[in-house]
Amino acid sequence: MLVNQFLILGALLFCMGVYGVLTRKNAVMVLMSIELILNSVNINLLAFDRLNGSSDGNVFALYVIAIAAAEVGVGLAMVLLIYRNRKNISLDDLSEMKG
Amino acid sequence: MVLASDIEVAQNIGFIIIALAMVFAAVGVIASRNVVHAALSLVIVMAGAAAQYVLLAAEFVAVTQVLVYIGAVMVLFLFGVMLTRAKLGKDVDLNNNNAIIAAPVALLLFGVLAFVLLKGFSDDKLPTDSKPQSTQTISDLIFKPYLLPFWALSFVLLAAVIGAIVLARKD
Repeated sequence: MLVNQFLILGALLFCMGVYGVLTRKNAVMVLMSIELILNSVNINLLAFDRLNGSSDGNVFALYVIAIAAAEVGVGLAMVLLIYRNRKNISLDDLSEMKG
Repeated sequence: MVLASDIEVAQNIGFIIIALAMVFAAVGVIASRNVVHAALSLVIVMAGAAAQYVLLAAEFVAVTQVLVYIGAVMVLFLFGVMLTRAKLGKDVDLNNNNAIIAAPVALLLFGVLAFVLLKGFSDDKLPTDSKPQSTQTISDLIFKPYLLPFWALSFVLLAAVIGAIVLARKD
C-alpha cells in the first residue's frame, strides 16, 4: 500500500469537512463537520506513524480523540444554551458580536 | 518483477471499498437535508476510519475510535439533535448561502493538498512487515515521554466537564 492513498483520503475528508463547516447553518451540523476534519487528521497521523515505523502517532491520535470528545461536550452544551435562549440554533442569526 | 505480495492486493481492495464508503457517507454528512441521516452517515465515516486504522496496524486507536466516537460522541450528537428539536424529516433551512464561496475554497484546498502530497510522497510505500502496535508500547509512550501532554489533557477534560455542566444546567 502507498502512503499516499491514506493521505489523499484524509485530504478529501478534510476538505469535505471544511465545506460542511462553511455551508451549514445548523450548529449541530457544523460540529459534525468538525468531527470529519478531526477524523481525517487522525488518518494522516496513523499513516505517517506506520510509514516511519514508530508509535508516536498512535499516542497523538488518542490525544486528538480525547480533545474531540471534550470539544463535542462543550460545543453541544453551548448549542443547548443558545437553543434555550433563542429557540433556534441557526448560526446566521447569531450576529450580536458584529460591529 | 512485481510479486502479488508487494502490492498487497487484499489490503488495497479493502482500502478502496472502505474509502469509497467513507467518501459517500461524508457526502451524506455535508449534503443531507435530514439532520438524523447526516448523523447516521457520520457513524459510517467513523466506522470506516476505525477500519482504516486497523489497516494501518493501529488496533488500539481503532478500538478507542469505536468506543469513544461511535459509542459516546454519536449518542451526544443524537441527543443534541433531539434536544434542539430539529425537524426530523427534510429540512430546507439547513444550509446558508455560502456554498458559492465554500465550494471553490474546499476544491482549491483539496487541489493544493493533493498536489503537494503527490509530489512529496509520490511512490512511498508503507512497510509491509510492520507489526500491529502493541498496547504496551503505546502506554509506555503515553506515561513516559508524553506524560506532560497527558496531564494537560486530563485538565482539558476536567475543564470541559465542568464547563459543560455550568453551561447546560438550568439555574
